[in-house]
Amino acid sequence: MNSPLTSITLFHVGPVPITLPVVVTWAIMAVLVLGGRLVTRKLSLAPSRTQAAFELIVDTVDSQIRDTMRVEPTPYRAFIGTLFAFIFVANWSSLVPGVEPPTAHLETDAALALLVFVAVIWFGIRAVGVRGYLATFAFPSPIMIPLNFLESLTRTFSLLVRLFGNVMSGVFVIGIILSLAGLLVPIPLMALDLLTGAVQAYIFAILAMVFIAGVVSEGRPAPVTPAPTPSPRTIP
Amino acid sequence: MNWLALASIVSAAMAVSFGAIGPALGEGRAVAAAMDAIARQPEAANTISRTLFVGLAMIETMAIYCLVIALLLLFANPLLKLTP
Repeated sequence: MNSPLTSITLFHVGPVPITLPVVVTWAIMAVLVLGGRLVTRKLSLAPSRTQAAFELIVDTVDSQIRDTMRVEPTPYRAFIGTLFAFIFVANWSSLVPGVEPPTAHLETDAALALLVFVAVIWFGIRAVGVRGYLATFAFPSPIMIPLNFLESLTRTFSLLVRLFGNVMSGVFVIGIILSLAGLLVPIPLMALDLLTGAVQAYIFAILAMVFIAGVVSEGRPAPVTPAPTPSPRTIP
Repeated sequence: MNWLALASIVSAAMAVSFGAIGPALGEGRAVAAAMDAIARQPEAANTISRTLFVGLAMIETMAIYCLVIALLLLFANPLLKLTP
């Protein structure tokens, strides 16, 4: 059985070996970008069916950001939405025969976690400035500086290991079951795998929001006005 | 098969089996508490379930760490390369 920590090299571009996860990642990126272009090409005020469906997705992302971060979603929509869309499509790409989700390999997850790590710094500096961002490390008291610094590294690591562990274990278990019993037996496990994939994409996006919101809200002085009320949609 | 490989296999199995106990109990408690909270206050179900999901992901990470340790022992054991 192949080790889950290595990946198969398909071909070389110059001296750079191109592995299967890289090809799948680029295919997913192409699908997402082209799909996005195609859907937003003809936007109108009276939405067509497709536009209404995609507006619903954007609206859901917006309301999640608003509920979790308690800020206006506009600056964060692109990053969080793209993160969720990519991980979701990547986790579900195992539905295509012969394709292994790229998130089942350590490198893709490391890249995604690194993106979140950089985004926390970027959004933090943008919201509260460099001084404000550095001040968040000394948030309750300056004694916490080493711990807060360590936390910002370990939470990135745990983000990476969580996604990798969940997706990879799903792929791995299906591989083991397939080697024992072929037909129809792995289907319930594959269904469970799809559920796990969706939940993990959601959790990754939520945790990215929580980390960003932590910096953005900690860096601000204590709010005088109450946080903006959540959208009326969420109140039944 | 030398004793180092044998010990790696046994400890990989032990890492996953014992490492799963704690998170399983913790997740059970968390879900039970969330059920209780939703039963008391059904209108807060959205917030509670979102927090529950994030919390479960945090707890689950411990079990995933054990799984990663087990995989390292089985597939990328650095000690096995030392012995001829």
